[in-house]
Amino acid sequence: MAQPSSHVTPPLKDELDIVIPTIRNLDFLEKWRPFFQPYHLIIVQDGDPSKNILVPDGFDYELYNRNDVNRVLGPKANCISFKDSACRCFGFLVSKKKYIFTIDDDCFVARDPSGKEINALAQHIQNLLTPSTPFFFNTLYDPFREGVDFVRGYPFSLRGGVPTAISHGLWLNIPDYDAPTQLVKPLERNTRYVDAVLTIPKGTLFPMCGMNLAFDRELIGPAMYFGLMGEGQPIGRYDDMWAGWCAKVICDHLSLGVKTGLPYIWHSKASNPFVNLKKEYKGIYWQEDIIPFFQSVVLPKECTTVQQCYLELSKLVKEKLGPIDPYFQKLGDAMVTWIQAWDEQNSPAQKAEAPVAGVKKN
Amino acid sequence: MPLANINDSEVDIVIGALQSDLTSFMNEWRTIFSRFHLIIVKDPDLKEELKIPEGFNFDVYSKSHIDRVVGSSSSIVFSGYSCRYFGFLVSRKKYIVSFDDDCIPAKDSKGFLIDPVAQHLANLTTPATPFFFNTLYDPYREGADFVRGYPFSLRNGVTCALSCGLWLNLADLDAPTQALKPQQRNSLYVDAVITVPSRAMMPVSGINIAFDRESVGPALLPALKLAGEGKFRWETMEDIWSGMCLKVVCDHLGLGVKSGLPYVWRQDRGSAIESLKKEWEGVKLMEEIVPFFQSMRLPQTVATTEDCVIEMARTVKQQLGPSSPVFTRAADAMVEWVKLWKAVGSGSSPL
Repeated sequence: MAQPSSHVTPPLKDELDIVIPTIRNLDFLEKWRPFFQPYHLIIVQDGDPSKNILVPDGFDYELYNRNDVNRVLGPKANCISFKDSACRCFGFLVSKKKYIFTIDDDCFVARDPSGKEINALAQHIQNLLTPSTPFFFNTLYDPFREGVDFVRGYPFSLRGGVPTAISHGLWLNIPDYDAPTQLVKPLERNTRYVDAVLTIPKGTLFPMCGMNLAFDRELIGPAMYFGLMGEGQPIGRYDDMWAGWCAKVICDHLSLGVKTGLPYIWHSKASNPFVNLKKEYKGIYWQEDIIPFFQSVVLPKECTTVQQCYLELSKLVKEKLGPIDPYFQKLGDAMVTWIQAWDEQNSPAQKAEAPVAGVKKN
Repeated sequence: MPLANINDSEVDIVIGALQSDLTSFMNEWRTIFSRFHLIIVKDPDLKEELKIPEGFNFDVYSKSHIDRVVGSSSSIVFSGYSCRYFGFLVSRKKYIVSFDDDCIPAKDSKGFLIDPVAQHLANLTTPATPFFFNTLYDPYREGADFVRGYPFSLRNGVTCALSCGLWLNLADLDAPTQALKPQQRNSLYVDAVITVPSRAMMPVSGINIAFDRESVGPALLPALKLAGEGKFRWETMEDIWSGMCLKVVCDHLGLGVKSGLPYVWRQDRGSAIESLKKEWEGVKLMEEIVPFFQSMRLPQTVATTEDCVIEMARTVKQQLGPSSPVFTRAADAMVEWVKLWKAVGSGSSPL
């Protein structure tokens, strides 16, 4: 296990929460201990609330099960998915920190090509604390990286960049494929380590995976709603996609940056492709309409906050996607509920109080 | 790499010779170049005779050829790095690969010699995906694919018209940047090919490129000439301008541009500080050039590469012309280039 050779205060130790949705157990935290232990965890326990999820000793955490979600949000709890990892966004909602790192419980520490263990959290922090460059593509990728720079032709006026709102990491071993691709290529593993971080250009959408993701809650938090998935819903495995499309449109509108690339984690579990296919299949053909919708969204310039942008989006979702399926009406309503819940939980009065706790232990 | 569908005879390698003695350059490239036909264009300003070693299949073009074809009253100046465009003009092949004459093959992170020609051709013969970003980069590479959430209707991709490679050792930084960090050398090997999204503008470096001449030949053009243009990349913007035009054309016609692999090894040459003393003009001009191209939208009725260039030239003259004669000259050169292309560049008979 990697250990720091001298005592170094972990960056953003008191400003970052690690949000982990789980339904099984948290054994994976043992592998992450050297990197995660200094930070506060928010565990969102999905599924049966009577199950006792054990958190390894030594971690500082809050744990919320479905009963807690209902208690905290009351009637607004219906916007939080059940029996789907989309429930993680409840953790984003109740966090009191500036930054969030979220990771799945089947993701482990990867090694870089030299064999060194990758501190994914430190890389995400680096990504978030350095600017993004969405207005002009730098062919040498992230110019703020050690040993890299802006290329010839890159206008100097754009070299300050913009604040980074989202850092999207990748996965070695089991790649994040959809069900049809998994069925066709069950044995494919991602073994290619691409040593780059890059800004996704303005105006370009991407599929945001929630397995290994970090963001600045103050800059983009209200847009990181993971939608209505799982039990009682016609669709699954599109929670992070939905959040990513909404968030990217809003980031583009507010001149915030989204980075993708490093860090890698090791994704150990391949989910069942047949189960996935059932969850995804509506998404697969709905996304043919959803993507052009997001690509054509123009937010009014009067929308200057994330909440305003998000509420405007919710209206457009109901109007433009509603005709495809009544699900989108429900989703549009849930988006509004989410913003109401966000504002309630994150009002100045709320911020002054202690966090609303589930089970809190040291 | 699946190159079964490309014949070596469909490829020309075009080298603009800014130095007269190409012996060591050609020998470094021998194992890669010897299969292909080469077009070597001598910088018209170069006085000495070119020295080229034996064992290659090549044609050389020099000032006399250029003058004969283009005439002396042209607004296009083929000197310096722009001499290679003459090679693009006279080629009759589908694919062109071009390197600066101070580049040699590099080694990858495992120590194997990289064949950049093969990688460029692989980039050009697999689709590009400009309409939606794939987070696992080029989905057509071995061991990669489209990720979850990538719309199925976009998975066929579009034809890739331009492949932009990168550089180890001396990266293509501008003079101020390199002058600030004179010891900085690029040792980061990023194992990716990425489609540059539609409407995202980028600086195309001419040091290591390849393109589909049939699709976009007329859009690689020698037009922007700095007043103090010199014989180092720090002293030119011709490729940056050409690349901006080309990206607009590709976005308009639904063609793709890839960036990333292959790497070449770029040898140390010149001094950034010396170049910096000479010339700031390029850096200043980019401040106008970038917003101009970012907002350029060609009318739907413009459907061919040549017509795209003519339309762009018109807009350049109108909107950028007033701020500097450099732009007016560039616009004239673009129009002239299309005329030249139609007269000389198309058609089946080589020069």
